[in-house]
Amino acid sequence: MKKSLIDMSVTANLSVNNRSVLLKMTPADGSVLPECKPGQFVEMLVEGEPKAFLRRPISINYVDVEKNELWLLIQKVGAGTLKLAEVKEGDIINIIYPLGNGFTIPNNKEQKLLLVGGGVGVAPLLMLGTELKKAGHTPVFLLGARTKDDLLLLDKFKEISEVYVTTEDASEGEKGFVTQHSVLTKERFDFIYCCGPGPMMKAVAQYANKVATECEVSLENKMACGIGACLCCVEDTTNGNVCVCKEGPVFNIKRLKW
Amino acid sequence: MVKTNVNIGSLKLKNPVMTASGTFGYGTEYSDFIDLSKLGGIIVKGTTLAPREGNPYPRMAETPSGMLNAVGLQNKGVDYFVENIYPQIKDLDTAVVVNVSGSTIEDYVAVAEKINALDKIPAIELNISCPNVKEGGMAFGTSPRSIEKVVKAVRQAYNKTLIVKLSPNVTDITEMARAAEAEGADSLSLINTLLGMAIDAERRRPILSTVTGGLSGACVKPVALRMVWQVSKAVKLPLIGLGGIMNATDAIEFLLAGATAIQIGTANFIDPQISVKVAEGIEEYLSRQGCHSVQEIIGGLVL
Ligand SMILES: Cc1cc2nc3c(=O)[nH]c(=O)nc-3n(C[C@H](O)[C@H](O)[C@H](O)COP(=O)(O)OP(=O)(O)OC[C@H]3O[C@@H](n4cnc5c(N)ncnc54)[C@H](O)[C@@H]3O)c2cc1C
Ligand SMILES: Cc1cc2nc3c(=O)[nH]c(=O)nc-3n(C[C@H](O)[C@H](O)[C@H](O)COP(=O)(O)O)c2cc1C
Ligand code: FES
Repeated sequence: MKKSLIDMSVTANLSVNNRSVLLKMTPADGSVLPECKPGQFVEMLVEGEPKAFLRRPISINYVDVEKNELWLLIQKVGAGTLKLAEVKEGDIINIIYPLGNGFTIPNNKEQKLLLVGGGVGVAPLLMLGTELKKAGHTPVFLLGARTKDDLLLLDKFKEISEVYVTTEDASEGEKGFVTQHSVLTKERFDFIYCCGPGPMMKAVAQYANKVATECEVSLENKMACGIGACLCCVEDTTNGNVCVCKEGPVFNIKRLKW
Repeated sequence: MVKTNVNIGSLKLKNPVMTASGTFGYGTEYSDFIDLSKLGGIIVKGTTLAPREGNPYPRMAETPSGMLNAVGLQNKGVDYFVENIYPQIKDLDTAVVVNVSGSTIEDYVAVAEKINALDKIPAIELNISCPNVKEGGMAFGTSPRSIEKVVKAVRQAYNKTLIVKLSPNVTDITEMARAAEAEGADSLSLINTLLGMAIDAERRRPILSTVTGGLSGACVKPVALRMVWQVSKAVKLPLIGLGGIMNATDAIEFLLAGATAIQIGTANFIDPQISVKVAEGIEEYLSRQGCHSVQEIIGGLVL
């Protein structure tokens, strides 16, 4: 898939909660968005912020083909994301995309698929759930957050399919971490997709290994180039150090040394 | 028409812009973004005799206007390069230079010999300045005696253009430059990364797995420029300047300071088209200044 460097024009900056925004954007030159796979990401240029020298990798949240819009869900954690979250309608953001490999869409429609997301890690699951459904699957979501307010885009996930929720303070769904949700003891899944904080993904991978379920996780290693040129973002896998930006960010847990 | 071509020894470049080792992969990573034939040259990744896994993650820390890396020369070794990578890049319409790294003199010589046999590689860049490997690497580049030894040995084994890449982590870079010149280097490139460090105060831990790493990017430019200037006064060899070049103006500053060509490293990460934009920017500058050839500005600093 050809990667491009392109100026995007912001069409909307929607506040999701006090720490996150949903940015919608369309190519400034009017071109049609390339085909993007769920799990792929973009590298965003941050202008006017000396503390953000390098680009920032952000997952593709969703592609609205009709409106030719790309959606990015951004959590403000530092200088770069704070600056990106300030953009206004009509502003230009330069991005490189689509990058990385993306999640696997299984052929077998009978398989039971679970999509597990934590915090802002739910971002790529919106597009993944949509694409799985389009392909004839019935995906189920299990989303975790600290509090009810940290559950991002919950309504959009509910529009796609069934959603199970955990919060650490019991303000929504079951109390605890995603791996403690009762659905995991009641049902067996054939494929688990997971994106979220490192410790959460490791816990989910441990569960998947225990019940011998296929599992793909999306890693968030620190990146410099995003295109496989610098070898900064490596993960130690069963076949040595590989670039997360190029061979990932999605990995089958069998390849990881977790 | 402005003439942009320059010569580095017998190496002919169509323009003074090359891409720096370790920041441009094997060139092909950038072919979606630019026409590689518009570059003067490409310096490919550091290549060693045996395959190397490099250092453990985390290998990168962002710093104000720059970054630290501790990749540690991850590569699949020279034999893999010769068999699998060379066939893919040998017909690129630009000068492809191999960055040769090692831990012993014998390693450097063995790699240089193997690259010498490749018709379409007109030059090597000897990396005696990598701060990210425990043994060898930078150690070779920080004393005139060891520079003499390694350059002498490689010179005997390699008969095309030999570029020696200098480390900035020394007290007097002109001493290192003279040592390389004395033993038959055709050109010097400078600078490699500056040894640095980053700490995560909350966790009270270093950010890099190796504790220290090499600093590059916009923040190193003043140091690099000063070193190119000093070395240009000290030796007669053509110089290749690099370190923190982010745009055409930065590149022109290096040419004025005495570099015959320049390399672009970290800036490729921020704008994968920057190398071609810099080549075009230099040409624009030359026309604007009424120059007929890039030669007119090399070392053209007015004091
Ligand atoms: C493939 C990929 C996809 C991503 N998708 C998204 C997404 O869809 N939405 C989103 O909001 N973020 C996403 N991230 C994370 C995002 O890139 C970082 O949060 C961002 O780079 C931080 O930049 P900053 O300048 O705001 O913070 P910095 O000043 O760089 O860091 C601030 C704090 O955040 C922490 N931090 C920095 N980078 C990361 C990271 N990669 N993971 C976890 N913590 C980090 C730092 O350790 C530090 O404590 C993704 C990362 C990757 C690699
Ligand atoms: C990620 C990374 C990897 C590098 N790998 C090499 C290498 O293999 N060999 C080498 O001689 N220099 C290597 N360098 C140094 C660069 O070639 C260059 O000398 C340095 O980054 C300064 O230039 P810049 O500021 O334009 O990046 C590397 C630099 C970076 C950032
Ligand atoms: S970020 Fe450069 S190789 Fe992955």
